[in-house]
Amino acid sequence: MTENSQATRPLLEVRALTCERADRLLFRDLEFSLDNGQALQVKGGNGSGKTTLLRIICGLNDSFAGEMYTRGEALAANWDAFHSGLLYIGHRVAVNHVLTPLENLRWSCRLHDPADDDGIREALDQMDLAGYEDSPCYSLSAGQQQRVSLARLLLSSAELWILDEPFTTLDVDGVALLENLVARHASDGGAVLITTHHKLALPRLRALTLGMTR
Amino acid sequence: MNSPGNGAINRSGNSAINRAGAGAAFLATLKRDLLISVKRRNDILNPFMFFIIVVSLFPIGISPESAMLRQIAAGVVWIAVLLASMLSMDSLYRSDYEDGSLEQLLLSAQPLYLLVFAKNIAHWLVSGLPVILASPLLAYMLALPAEGYATLVLSLLLGTPVVGMLGSIAVALTVGLGSRGLILAVITVPMSVPVLIFGTLAVQNALAGGSPAGYLALLGAMLAASVGLAPVATAAALRITLN
Repeated sequence: MTENSQATRPLLEVRALTCERADRLLFRDLEFSLDNGQALQVKGGNGSGKTTLLRIICGLNDSFAGEMYTRGEALAANWDAFHSGLLYIGHRVAVNHVLTPLENLRWSCRLHDPADDDGIREALDQMDLAGYEDSPCYSLSAGQQQRVSLARLLLSSAELWILDEPFTTLDVDGVALLENLVARHASDGGAVLITTHHKLALPRLRALTLGMTR
Repeated sequence: MNSPGNGAINRSGNSAINRAGAGAAFLATLKRDLLISVKRRNDILNPFMFFIIVVSLFPIGISPESAMLRQIAAGVVWIAVLLASMLSMDSLYRSDYEDGSLEQLLLSAQPLYLLVFAKNIAHWLVSGLPVILASPLLAYMLALPAEGYATLVLSLLLGTPVVGMLGSIAVALTVGLGSRGLILAVITVPMSVPVLIFGTLAVQNALAGGSPAGYLALLGAMLAASVGLAPVATAAALRITLN
């Protein structure tokens, strides 16, 4: 397949995705696609399978039936390539409590991209965490820990962001900040898949609602 | 690297796993785990103290006679090492599981077994190595004859990483269980028994005037097999646990 035709295939394509968990049908025959420059909000009540859907797309959960493609190629055969262009922030924020924000980010960024301390400090500064770089994370509030995790968005070169309930612990400023980041990422040609109950003020936001089958 | 927020999108570099990146991720994981261990000293100190206590109870409980002690010295040290390593296993992967770091580990573009191997090495450095360093002292307390020391330390050097990496598979399988109680021991002990047998046989052979080389070679073979296979098995177990 040539570079050109690859670029025209959507970044992520989901076909006939069905997931059953603990004998409950979470969703059936889900179809959607997500391409560069787009943001997709996954909606649905509690327990409707939003997190499960995100984890399936990330490759963390394989109890599903259906097909997923990236750039027209089966995702199942391209996990490494897919993961290198993916940034996932789950509702467990992957912030170790005894480490400082700086130490946490040094590690979590290194898993994907080269990162230097100056860049990390600047990102923490943008997340309004200046002065907390070297405090252990157990002394930070839940919202601040969420911000530490979200600082990775600034440091990552991933084109697809998958964010699971990123707004839950953020204050008003934090929400505005994150909305801005998401909007900018989409307008820069990135793609965002996000779950939240929050009303997002984003241009060209599409929505997918789960839980309609029940 | 990108300056924060410039939004550069990586579309080209997706293809192959790049080696520099894998090495950097390996080192970063090793450093991070060592740093966490240093900051949570109790997780290291408790198994170590447990090891010292178990060994020092033997002369009191059995007999202070050196003729009696020297016969059981190697076995006692080895058993205490196994028990201490099981104790230290308990905290492995747990906080990473609870705070979501394991998910990030799985989603790294770098090979998971490599990162797991880095975690195994970090764990051995803080749990296995101190015990090995203390073992000659405790062997002295148990009146181990002079010709046994080198073999004891060598057998521990070869054997403890094996026990650690086998244990890592069991921990990876059980870390998602709320209260796993003795499951960890039930899985790890049978796998560790060969290491215990060859470790103690090597020392006894050295004491009897024979060469321990054969048993040490067997331990070395187990170590080589563990390095090659155990991280892959742990990686697979983590994927199952997080599913």
